[in-house]
Amino acid sequence: MYKNYEELSPIALDCLKEIGNIGSGSAASALSEMLGKNVQMRVPDVKVLDFQRVIDEMGGPEKIITGILVDLEGDISGIIMFLLEDNFAKIVLKTFLGKEDVIVSSLDETDVSVIKEMGNIMAGSYLQALAKLTELTIDMSVPSMNVDMLGAIMSVPVATFAEIGDKVLYIDDGFVIDGVDIKSNIILIPEMRSLDILMKKLGVTDG
Amino acid sequence: MANLTIGIGDFKVCKKPDVLVTYALGSCVGICLLDEMSGVGGLSHIMLPDSTTAVNGSATPMRFADTAIPMMIRKMESMGAVKSRLRGKIAGGATMFAIASDKFNIGERNVTAVKKVLSQLRIPIIAEDIGENFGRTVFFYTETGTMEIRSTVKGTTTL
Repeated sequence: MYKNYEELSPIALDCLKEIGNIGSGSAASALSEMLGKNVQMRVPDVKVLDFQRVIDEMGGPEKIITGILVDLEGDISGIIMFLLEDNFAKIVLKTFLGKEDVIVSSLDETDVSVIKEMGNIMAGSYLQALAKLTELTIDMSVPSMNVDMLGAIMSVPVATFAEIGDKVLYIDDGFVIDGVDIKSNIILIPEMRSLDILMKKLGVTDG
Repeated sequence: MANLTIGIGDFKVCKKPDVLVTYALGSCVGICLLDEMSGVGGLSHIMLPDSTTAVNGSATPMRFADTAIPMMIRKMESMGAVKSRLRGKIAGGATMFAIASDKFNIGERNVTAVKKVLSQLRIPIIAEDIGENFGRTVFFYTETGTMEIRSTVKGTTTL
């Protein structure tokens, strides 16, 4: 059984990358349908990183970011967090509410519920793809969203995970919506037992 | 005068007029302690309440309220602080995500643990900015004992 993410072999990481690929692909088509825009996805990069480095790589602790947190239960338990940069919220709000140049740190209730709904759809399609691929049952909580400093947003997955180790599974991907590049990052934290189940289902046996 | 930055799950101590800074506290809690007479101050950025329930709690004592605070006080004493003169100011412990599950009320549990530890050590808390749902950056000025809090929601406030 895996004790921490550092034990994952290159093959296991490739598998997770593939999951990232399929998940992002299905999230991209869901987004495209919702927005009525052409959405392409970038090929994701999966890394096992120290949480402090995740924060540094993404622009430092005080960078303002949209975080969407989903709690996972069922065959796999853990959490998944989507981190989206400013322009995601801007494009969504422009498309649905016709608002130009929204300041993401001062959204009103309607703005928040629209972005939350988009996050809901993305997370849902991501997890559906994962469940289908692995034939596992994954239940997700209603997503919770916050726009705030990256360090504060990250404190939740980091603290939830700190009792096991310093590393998180970091999926670096993104979308191109109408030619605008939108960076998105996903922090996936399955509990260790769930990671085993996941890897076995995918036929990786280095655990 | 130096600005000392404290990372997640770390603490630093200094003598006045140095300034202690920690960025973007979410569910974590920042604990500022000062002995005004000797001018020795400290800032601890804890992530979790209790090291005894953690798998490898003893390996990273600076992350936990129950171990980090006493450790920081010992360090402050070695620099000339007197425990009975220490006064505390705390910030953070937010609930960043409103999912009703024990897994996600870390902020609240952190605040409770910090208050318990400080009360056991008989260190009064003279100011606090805790809870709610936003991140806080803390500047602790050891010269004046002022705790300055910066957030996207409330801007800059001083305590």
